[in-house]
Amino acid sequence: MTKFIDLTLSGISDGAIYAAVALALVLIWRATRIVNFAQGAMLMITTFIAYAVIGAGASYVVGFLAALLSGLALGAVTERVLIRRVEHAPPLNAVIVTLGLYTVLVAVAGMIWGNTPKSFPAAFSLRGYTVGGTTLLFTPNDTFIVLVVIAVALGLAAMFRFTSLGLQMRAAAFAPEVARLLGVRVGRMFTVGWALAAVAGAIAGVLVAPSVFLGPNSFDPILIGGFVAAVLGGLDSPPGAVIGGLLLGLALSYVSGYEGSALVPLAALAILVLVLMIRPSGLFSAAQERRV
Amino acid sequence: MLAVHELSAHYGPVRAVDHVSLEVSAGSVTAVLGANGAGKTSLLRTITGLIPASAGRVIFEGEDITRRPVEEIVRRGLAHVPEGRGVIAELSVDENLRLGGLWRGRDAAPRKEIYELFPRLHDRRTQLASRLSGGERQMLSIGRALMGRPRALLLDEPSLGLAPLLVAQIMAMIRRLADTLDLAVLLVEQNARSALSVANRGVVLNLGRVVADEESHRLAADEGLRHAYLGF
Repeated sequence: MTKFIDLTLSGISDGAIYAAVALALVLIWRATRIVNFAQGAMLMITTFIAYAVIGAGASYVVGFLAALLSGLALGAVTERVLIRRVEHAPPLNAVIVTLGLYTVLVAVAGMIWGNTPKSFPAAFSLRGYTVGGTTLLFTPNDTFIVLVVIAVALGLAAMFRFTSLGLQMRAAAFAPEVARLLGVRVGRMFTVGWALAAVAGAIAGVLVAPSVFLGPNSFDPILIGGFVAAVLGGLDSPPGAVIGGLLLGLALSYVSGYEGSALVPLAALAILVLVLMIRPSGLFSAAQERRV
Repeated sequence: MLAVHELSAHYGPVRAVDHVSLEVSAGSVTAVLGANGAGKTSLLRTITGLIPASAGRVIFEGEDITRRPVEEIVRRGLAHVPEGRGVIAELSVDENLRLGGLWRGRDAAPRKEIYELFPRLHDRRTQLASRLSGGERQMLSIGRALMGRPRALLLDEPSLGLAPLLVAQIMAMIRRLADTLDLAVLLVEQNARSALSVANRGVVLNLGRVVADEESHRLAADEGLRHAYLGF
């Protein structure tokens, strides 16, 4: 029973990370119908920036903020400089551009910080809670991870639902031409979408870094998890991304605990294939409604 | 108010709009008529910049707005209600309306005003726009355009797919809007008879060219033209 509780709790913590990465992918997909394969590399860079800032003597909070700000800038610049040129081109062009960006960012990180994984500080203790004499795997830092991701998800949901910016972003995503005819600066909304996505990614990077160590390729598995979670949630639904992330985190945690961690990548792949075969529009997609 | 001089636009090698000139003054309705494929929709899309003009000029309130970005043209007060009632189906009625006034900031029309104009929309304000009937969608897209308090209104086939009674209502409302808000209205219609009944002038397009530009009662009386281009 303790094992089940352990696996469930760590599944929620892992799932929160997948959810944050999935949110990043979904924000970009909604805005520009592009799957950002460079997402993992972008959050790796912002996490390295946090690492450098903390290494220079700043506090964890300042490092965290540095990751957020650099994510904001990196996302906006990527959209303006690279993606805008391929937004109206065939989808494959954007795929190649994001893969190219991935390669460049990984190489640059290797040149600056080297390829040996580095340890990254955690915000809170990594020692599990003790309940009635048993020590759980779930740590105060995991609580922090889950709370931060919940705050990000709720913050984004409120932004989309209640602010004019959110309304304009939704309009630009659903019907770009009509939005332009209503005076919405659609290009700017796309830039904001990419910037917010990169911020969500940056948060995921800083949160997960203590447990995966920090190297140019450390976050590739996280990106795959985030991608599966996004597809599970329907690729264009932010709440779907969060629920997809949590479901995936739980599923992979049980597989890892009961069947062995070697099976985790295979299980993620199997879930992806199953979703694409049985319900390709995902669990929460608005795709059907759009055909009205 | 709105003047189009020798405007042309192309789809690849096809000239969809061919040296079109016309004028619309404040408080008046100009109907653009013609068969399917005559270039009516392309003309509106070129005026608001959705299709780049290959030649000619569009002058709005004394300023040349040719080849400006769409959203900048709209922000000058030139509203375009696209064909097929471009409501955003995923947003609620109220959100669609809000969106129309955002660029105006505090000077946007109060939603209350639009709901008074279209009480049906008020009853459905929290519903998704996808739940609306064809007539309601048309009201929503016109109301949404009015949120930004435009000076000119371009309407693309507002009668399309509506029952005759509704068409008459919409046309009467267009006339009323032009009169009460002093709007310059450019009304693209295939339904020539109802459009001419409310328009001051009629412009007939064929293969992208202007073949007639006259006061609407003269146009309606010209039997040859009616038979050749207007189908009534």
